[in-house]
Amino acid sequence: MHSKVTSMREAIAAHVHDGDTVVIEGFTHLICFAAGHEIIRQRRRDLTIARLTPDLIYDQMIAAGCARKLVFSWAGNPGAGSLGAFRRAVEKETPPLEIEEYSHFGMVARMSAGAARLPFWTMRNYMGTDLPKANPLIRTVTCPYTGEVLATVPALNPDVTIIHAQRADQFGNAQVWGLLGVQKEAAFASKRVIVVVEELVDQSVIRADPNRTLIPGMIVAAVVVEPWGCHPSYAQGYYDRDNDFYVAWEDISRNPARLEAYLQEFVYGVTDRAAYLRKQPELRDRLAAKDLICAGVNYGF
Amino acid sequence: MASKAAPAADQAAAAYSPAEMMAAVAARELANGEVVFVGIGLPNLACNLARALQAPDLVLIYESGAVGAVPERLPVSIGDPSLVTGSLMVCSMADVFQLFLQNGKIEVGFLGGAQVDRWGNINTTVIGSYDRPKVRLPGSGGAAEIAIHARRVVIISRLNARAFPAEVDFLTSPGQRCRGRTRTELGMPGAGPIKVITDKGILENDPESGEMVLTALYPGVAVAEVKANIGWPLQVRPQLGLVAPPTGEELRQLREVLDPKKLFLG
Repeated sequence: MHSKVTSMREAIAAHVHDGDTVVIEGFTHLICFAAGHEIIRQRRRDLTIARLTPDLIYDQMIAAGCARKLVFSWAGNPGAGSLGAFRRAVEKETPPLEIEEYSHFGMVARMSAGAARLPFWTMRNYMGTDLPKANPLIRTVTCPYTGEVLATVPALNPDVTIIHAQRADQFGNAQVWGLLGVQKEAAFASKRVIVVVEELVDQSVIRADPNRTLIPGMIVAAVVVEPWGCHPSYAQGYYDRDNDFYVAWEDISRNPARLEAYLQEFVYGVTDRAAYLRKQPELRDRLAAKDLICAGVNYGF
Repeated sequence: MASKAAPAADQAAAAYSPAEMMAAVAARELANGEVVFVGIGLPNLACNLARALQAPDLVLIYESGAVGAVPERLPVSIGDPSLVTGSLMVCSMADVFQLFLQNGKIEVGFLGGAQVDRWGNINTTVIGSYDRPKVRLPGSGGAAEIAIHARRVVIISRLNARAFPAEVDFLTSPGQRCRGRTRTELGMPGAGPIKVITDKGILENDPESGEMVLTALYPGVAVAEVKANIGWPLQVRPQLGLVAPPTGEELRQLREVLDPKKLFLG
């Protein structure tokens, strides 16, 4: 078997194309900003970008002109307020950014259906809400066993899903701990998967703790080693969330000129994530995680 | 507050902010051992305050997948790493929504919103029209399904007439009547919003009408002050309760332990 390890530039060039449906998942934790920045640098266009919480990275991709459409369930700046570029694109721009909106459960269900290769997923949900009026893809089905009317959402099968993990081997067997979000479902739902990791490890490390593997290498197209690739998001056990930057994004994103200046300096103005980190040497002191090691378990038989 | 020589703690309690009052009142809603779906901000402060006082065995579940969380710092976001460290379980979001929420395991859900209406319906989606909103809000997140499934919902929101219209612009999370239909008619498993904790008093669901009616006032607040900030003809329960102000211990926990930087109490 050949190693799948490649650079971020090559991984995005090979696997993210204009017009694709792209998912960069991670619920607060393990959001791969490094991949989003490379997509912006390579000037991808007409993307349908989907994830539960667009977060700052999709706000940046919207501002940079990468997105034709946004599929989501909560579009705010977590713990801080609003996403400025998203709000302008919906409230003011002509034509407005196309949106397709669910709740978190709905988005999770879409990815679960996609991962199981079913056409839709059912839930007891949405009765009484205006969400099905806003999004006609939220429908109902009558249960063939009980007659109950259940909500349905269609499968989401992205062209490419990008997952950040703490560690993987060179074939993409990836291990994650801390908040797991919807990454496993998103990866299995996708046509192609890029795994980005803090550390590349020998396969023996993976095999020593198989319960921790979230994504098996068999569904992975490319592995990118990108330490601190999530900043200002975080990686449990590696570095903390940069809450100060999330707060600062309120002012940056509210002003289109400031947002453009941010992209020029920290995205277009750097060649890659390593250069982004060299510009901010203080991050390590401020955010590096302290150790809290768990003891491990006995896998013997 | 009539006593002549009040102890120091009670004197400190005399001065408190509306946010401190709301957090303390919300915390009193929680009984020991209950399973609560926690949101960020005041709900998170309230749940951790209850855990420190009357409800040490409260089980905090965050939609990010942390179950039995014991955050040792104030979580700024709903996916803070401190929710993971020391928790009972970390599960996927598919598990949170299917195995916990839809399964009926959540006893209390706290929700807030830009608009809360006469029936306890919540809008966190848009102000104005959906296609071209005046203000685009974040959307549902997990709120719609929490409002449908949690066995009971407590809403926390500051009073003002724009935030409490007769009818929400967009119905994100269902209350007691949705465009005239009851929760039973619509097949919702949970009891829905039974209480709205505001900065001036408490509204509760009237089981007959489904309306949110004024049932208790905070110290020093007049009924007219509440009515002036609500966009429908508010019904007032004849025997109005008076809510006790935060105790010295509630304030000490909030100020010294839970939110010393005043991120959410400010």
